Amino acid sequence: MTATTTREPRPPAAGEGGDEPILRLRGIGKEFFGNSVLRGIDLDVRPGEVHALVGENGAGKSTLMKIIAGVHRPDAGTIELDGATTTFASPLAAQHAGVSTVFQEFNLLPERSVAENVYLGREPRRAGVLVDRRRMHEDTDTLLADLGLSSLSALQRVGSLSVAQQQIVEIVKAVSYDARIISMDEPTAALADQEVELLYELVHRLKERGVAILYVSHRLKEIFDLCDTITVLKDGNHVLTTPTADIDPDGLVRTMVGREFAGYFPDKDPAVSPGEVRLSLQGVGNTQVDDVSFDVHAGEIVALAGLQGSGRTEIAHGIFGIAGFTRGEVLVGGRAVDVRSPRQAVRAGLALVTEDRKAEGLALGQSILANARLVLDSVMPRTADRRSRRIPGILSSLELVASSQEAEVQYLSGGNQQKVVLAKWLVTDPQVIVLDEPTRGIDVGAKRAVYDLMRELTASGVAVLVISSELPEVVAMADRILVMRDGRLAGELPAGSDEETVMALATGAGEDSAEHVAVDLDAVARTDDLPGADRAAPPADDPARPGGPKEDR
Amino acid sequence: MSTAVATAAPTARAASRRHRRIGSTEIVYLALVGILVVAGVLVAVGGGNLFSTANTAYMLTQTSLLGFVAIGQTFVILCRSLDLSVGYVVALSSIVGATTMAGDPSRVWLGVLAALGVAGLVGLVNGLVVTKLRVNPFIATLGVGLIIKGYLDTQFKGPTGEVPASFQGFGYTRIGPVPVSTIVMLVVAAVGVVLLTRTRPGYHMFAVGGNADVARLSGIRTDRTLVLAHVLCSMCAGLAGLLIAARFGTGNALVYSYGLDLDSIAAVVLGGTLLLGGRGSVVGTVGGVLILAVLDTVFNVLDVDPFFKDVLRGVVIIAAVALYARRQIDPASSRARFRPHRPARPTRQGGASA
Repeated sequence: MTATTTREPRPPAAGEGGDEPILRLRGIGKEFFGNSVLRGIDLDVRPGEVHALVGENGAGKSTLMKIIAGVHRPDAGTIELDGATTTFASPLAAQHAGVSTVFQEFNLLPERSVAENVYLGREPRRAGVLVDRRRMHEDTDTLLADLGLSSLSALQRVGSLSVAQQQIVEIVKAVSYDARIISMDEPTAALADQEVELLYELVHRLKERGVAILYVSHRLKEIFDLCDTITVLKDGNHVLTTPTADIDPDGLVRTMVGREFAGYFPDKDPAVSPGEVRLSLQGVGNTQVDDVSFDVHAGEIVALAGLQGSGRTEIAHGIFGIAGFTRGEVLVGGRAVDVRSPRQAVRAGLALVTEDRKAEGLALGQSILANARLVLDSVMPRTADRRSRRIPGILSSLELVASSQEAEVQYLSGGNQQKVVLAKWLVTDPQVIVLDEPTRGIDVGAKRAVYDLMRELTASGVAVLVISSELPEVVAMADRILVMRDGRLAGELPAGSDEETVMALATGAGEDSAEHVAVDLDAVARTDDLPGADRAAPPADDPARPGGPKEDR
Repeated sequence: MSTAVATAAPTARAASRRHRRIGSTEIVYLALVGILVVAGVLVAVGGGNLFSTANTAYMLTQTSLLGFVAIGQTFVILCRSLDLSVGYVVALSSIVGATTMAGDPSRVWLGVLAALGVAGLVGLVNGLVVTKLRVNPFIATLGVGLIIKGYLDTQFKGPTGEVPASFQGFGYTRIGPVPVSTIVMLVVAAVGVVLLTRTRPGYHMFAVGGNADVARLSGIRTDRTLVLAHVLCSMCAGLAGLLIAARFGTGNALVYSYGLDLDSIAAVVLGGTLLLGGRGSVVGTVGGVLILAVLDTVFNVLDVDPFFKDVLRGVVIIAAVALYARRQIDPASSRARFRPHRPARPTRQGGASA
C-alpha cells in the first residue's frame, strides 16, 4: 500500500495483558444546560481489547461516546492518548489521532461507491490534479481483503449494500484512517442475526490487529460473546468496570438498573378494572416489525417496553398510519380498520403523542390555543368550536403554566409543551391513546402530571398504550408489560414485574433461542438481501453459492 | 407449493435488482433516441426532413446556448444548491464582452476574459452569500440576479458594444452541420466530466450535495466546494453570454428574458441529476439539453401552437422527474428489518400449507 493517506494499523502490542491503555479518561464530566449528564467518569481502553460500555437509556453512554469522538468537549476531566493529555477539537481531529467512531446514523454517501466513501476527503491523486482512481480502488480492495471481506468490492455503490455491509464499510473507513480505537454505538441495533455474525468476525479481526474497540450495546449476549471488559454507567456515574469473566448476565442487569422511585408514581385506583378490548393488533408487520399481536382493553395501561430500535415506535407509527402495517389486522373497538393516514386514525378514535414533541407534536411558532385546536380544526371541523370550549379546562387540569393561551409554545418549558400536546389529543376524545415516551425530557412535576393523567384516562375508560424507555415508569404504571426485541414481541409480563425481568427480556439475556448462527463470512457478505433471503431461502439451496455457509440450525 | 415460491422469489428479486439498475444517463439517451425517431417520423409525414442541414444546425445551436448554462447549473445542483441568476449573467457577460471588444479584432481575447471574469465574480458573490451569509440559494441567486437586472435595465436600453467579425465566427461558423459553438460546448462538457469524475473538487461536490455533514466530517471544506461550484456555474453562463454576443454582433440586455434559468434547471433534472444533489452527471445534462433542443426544433418545424409547445415541454419534464423519483432508493427500505412482500416465515408457512 503506497498511499500516503493510508497506513497500515500498527502491529499488535507485544505481550498479553498489562498493556498500557491507549486511551485513558479521568474524571470526565459533562453538563447540558445545567443538567449534569456525566460525572467523574474514568475509563481505560487497551490495545486489542473489546470494551463494552453498558447502561440504561439515558445513563450517559452516548454522551461519553461523543466526547471520545470529539463531537462534545468535556466540562471536567482529562483525555489521555498514549499517555499524553489531549483534546479533540473536532471529530476529524479525533479521527486523525486514531480514534474513530461508528455512529448509529450512517455517515456514508449512498450514491457513491465503497472506495469513494472510504477515501472521501483524501482521495489519492496523480499528476497533481487527477484522482488516482485505480490506486483508490486497489487500496480499498486490499483493505477489504486484509479484513477478510474480499467479497465486498470497492466499486459497489453503497446504497445497494445491506445494512450490515454498510456498517462494515464504515468500519473499513475507520480502519483506513489507521484507527487504533474504534468505538461503535449499538452497531447491531439494525441488524438481523446473520448479519451480526459478519460484524463479530470483523471485530475479531480488528482485535487481532491490536485495535481497541469500545462497544456500546444493549444486547447482553453480544457483550458476553465479544467483550473482554465491561464498564457500567448509571445515571451519568461510573458504576463498575470488570473483566467479563468476573460477572454474569444477571449480575450485570442488576448493576445496570434499580433506582429508588418510591412515592413517585400515583397508585392504581382499585375500582378501575379493564373493560372490553379497545385496540387489537393481530399479526401485524411491515419492514420494521413482524408478527405482533396484542390487545389493549378499556381502562387499561399497557406498556410497550424494549430497547431503542426494537420496533416500539414503529408499532405506534403503524397503528397511527404514519408508516402503516403491510400485514395483519388492526381492530379499534372491535371493528377492523384500515388506517392509511393519521387522519383516518383520528377518525377511528386513536390519538398518538409522538416521541419528538418539537418536530412532530407542535407548531412551535403558534400559540397554545392554536396548537390545542390543531387536530380538531383539521379532522373534525364541524365540532371543533364546541369541543374547543373544553381546552381551557383541560389545560388547567394539566396544570399548564403559561402567561396566556396566546403564548407561543416555543417559549414554554418541555413539560408545559408536552401538556399542550396532551391537550391537543384529549379534546378529540380518543378511545385509544398511544403515548410514545411521554415523559422524555420533562421535569419531575410534569412527569407526575402525565402519570396522573394516565390514571384518569383509564378511570374514564380510555385504553392507554405507553411506550417508554424508563423502566421504573413502565413497572410502576403498567397493568401489563409487552416487551419488544428486534421487531418482534419478545414476551408479556404482568404488572409488578421487576426491572431486571423486563431488561432481561428486552436484551435477550439468558435466551438460548437468540443463539447466533455460525455463518461463513464471505457467503454472508455476498448476499445482498440478507434478512429476507436467508430466512425464506435456506442458503444451502441457493445455487449461486455452492457449498453454502455452515449453518447448523 | 408455498415453499417453492418462498425459495424462488427472493433470489429472483435479488438478481433482478442487480441487473435492473440502468443508469439515469442511459435512460436519457435512450429517451433522446426515441424522441428523435418519433420526431423524425412526424416531420417526414408532414413532408419535411428533421435531419436536414438547416434543422440540424438549428437544433445544435439551441443546444450550445442552453448547454453552456446547463453544464454550469449541473455543478451547483450537484452540490444541493441552485442558480437562478444565470439568465442575467448571460445578458451581463454578453454586454461586457461586446463593449470590451468594441469591434476591434485585437481585443477579442480581452473581451472573452472580461466577460468570463465578470461572470466568475458574480458566481463568487453567489457562493459567498450562500455559504457565509447562509442565505438559501434560491433567494441568494434570485437577489443577485435582480441586482444585475436592475443594472442592465437602467444602463443598457438597447444593443450595446460591437463584436468584431472574427468573433462572430464563434456564432455562425459551421463544420458540416455542426456549429463551432457546439464543439466548444462539448469541449466544456468534457472538461466538466473530467472535473466531476477525476478530480477531488468534483468528488467533493458529490459529497457536499449528498450529505454536507458527512463531507464536513471527512475533512472536506464544504464552503469552498460550494463557492467553486457557483463560480464555475456563472462562468459557464458567461460563455453562453459570449455566444449570444457573437450571434447578435452586439451585447444585449434582453436575453435574460429567454428563460435560460429555468430551462437550464429543467435540462439538468431531465438529465438525471437529483435536484437535492449528490447524484448526477454532465453527460446526462447534455442529454437533457439535447432532448429539449430536439423538442424545440420539432415544434418549430411543425409550426406547433406555442401554448401546446410549452404544455408538452412541461409534461416531458414532469414525466422524467416522476420516472426518476420511482427509481430513488428509499433509505428506510434499505434499513428494513423485515422485507416487504416477503413470504411468511418458513415455520408458520409450513403449518399453513400443511
